[in-house]
Amino acid sequence: MSDVLAVVDHRRGSLRDVSYELVTAGRELAGGDELHVAVVSGDVDRFAEKLDLDGVDAIHTVDYGEEFNHDVYLQAVEQLYADLEPGVVLLPNSVNGLDYAPAVANSLSLPLVTDAIAFDTDDGLDVTREMYGSKVETTIEVDAEPVVVTVRGGEWPAAEANGGADVVPFDVDIDESAVRSTVTGFEEVGGGDVDITDADVLVSVGRGIGEEENLDLVFDLAEALDATVSSSRPIVDNGWLPKNRQVGQSGKVVTPDVYLAIGISGAVQHVAGMKGAETIVAINTDPNAPIFDIADYGVVDDLFDVVPALIEAFE
Amino acid sequence: MKILVTVKEVAEVEDDFEIDGTSISESSLEYDLNEWDDYAVEAAVQIAEAGDDVEVVAVTIGPERSEETIRMALAKGVDRAVRVWDDAFEDVDLLDVESKTDVLAAVAAEEDPDLVLTGVQAADDSFGATGVSLADELGFEWAAVVNDLELGEDTASVRRELEGGVEELTEVELPAVFTIQTGINEPRYASLRGIRQAQRKEIAATGLGDLGLDASVVESDLRLTEMYEPESESDVTLFEGDAEATAAELATVLREKGVGAE
Repeated sequence: MSDVLAVVDHRRGSLRDVSYELVTAGRELAGGDELHVAVVSGDVDRFAEKLDLDGVDAIHTVDYGEEFNHDVYLQAVEQLYADLEPGVVLLPNSVNGLDYAPAVANSLSLPLVTDAIAFDTDDGLDVTREMYGSKVETTIEVDAEPVVVTVRGGEWPAAEANGGADVVPFDVDIDESAVRSTVTGFEEVGGGDVDITDADVLVSVGRGIGEEENLDLVFDLAEALDATVSSSRPIVDNGWLPKNRQVGQSGKVVTPDVYLAIGISGAVQHVAGMKGAETIVAINTDPNAPIFDIADYGVVDDLFDVVPALIEAFE
Repeated sequence: MKILVTVKEVAEVEDDFEIDGTSISESSLEYDLNEWDDYAVEAAVQIAEAGDDVEVVAVTIGPERSEETIRMALAKGVDRAVRVWDDAFEDVDLLDVESKTDVLAAVAAEEDPDLVLTGVQAADDSFGATGVSLADELGFEWAAVVNDLELGEDTASVRRELEGGVEELTEVELPAVFTIQTGINEPRYASLRGIRQAQRKEIAATGLGDLGLDASVVESDLRLTEMYEPESESDVTLFEGDAEATAAELATVLREKGVGAE
């Protein structure tokens, strides 16, 4: 392959996990060529120490600003790209990654493949990615170089510390007039009286519940099992349960002893929040639902038949 | 003020489906408005309802079939729509971000909007990239994954939904593109009156030539070469039988794990 430029993600003083995974993915893509890692904004020297990982050839530090700003990142990556001429610009498929990767690709007139879950570099670059909400996987053949690729979190192992990469301060020239958005703060959402991260048993409800009034059934089950009710995203989007009940990438990460998924298909964003549960039990009508890939026990049936019977079995 | 909303008709795949080459066979698909775009449409219509003299224009890249879906957006309060299609799109398995950007930017050049709203992603190919790419092409500012939006005179205050229950508060100079996250509002159902009115609203069928583009806009360095069902890594124990039988089995397992024990 060819040289890779990987730009890491950090927030409020910490490198995000995907940054370490990005290094592993970058090493895979670079093959015998060089892996350049860049960190933009924040405490770059401290970040650089942590990024001195197995397979990294050089760490470029861009000491400008504190938190992520896409206008700064765009300019920094454009300038790093011009300097390093990598064959692949590798970015995280995080919320912030998706806030600037498409602008990088468009600005540099490069093709863009987002949300990669695997690579094949035997004969050019083939990227594996999902479509239709994880129902299928696809192969995207990339017939050009350079290319911008974003990688999904949790798909590559984190790179281990090794040591020995050069740390190179990069002299960036940011046009302030092009910085037209300003982060004014952060807010933790989902506070309140219920802490689903503290529960030993979660009864979690998803789109399959159909109507708001059917939630009573789930609360009845939770009462019978002495469990706490949580949910997947659509239930919160609909305003049926507050945000503090949401399990998943944008909600809470939970690790209960038992996680009972009711009418939850198990989209990757949801699984990211509950795969650490000790025992996962799923009830869903769709035998192909991805939730069954990670469940320990399951029933393929209508939740409106199984849940009342389960409540009865506990009363 | 004019708001341009990008919308897409997406295919939803039934539980049982078949793959035909690099696509899913037509008999396994149902078409609907992309879920994220439904929220973007609602956000635009709410801005129009709250303001004076705000026009909401929807733009889509889609075949004639998609007009039925686009008309639902019109029934919810969008004023008119532009539907771009060309024979050149017919044989394209994967319309890449660059192609979509070029087409939508050409429409934006004609419409000259003050604000562009898109969904965060499309439910089918889920690239999640068109909005930000379009912003860069238009020279607009932007914010991705917005779950709260307050428009001011020259700036907008938005919340971006980051991972792990954290929201970022950001001031964004206008004009801008915002990619709208689900849950930002409660998308309305079309009223009967809205549906009737939508019949009279314009959906302008627009070809690439009308936009000063040609078939080369669909050319791409990316090729969709394979589509397959992911291999299941499941070692799930499935209980079978009627609901009473499966519930009894589940209850046994749950009790073994200590559930329900006082």
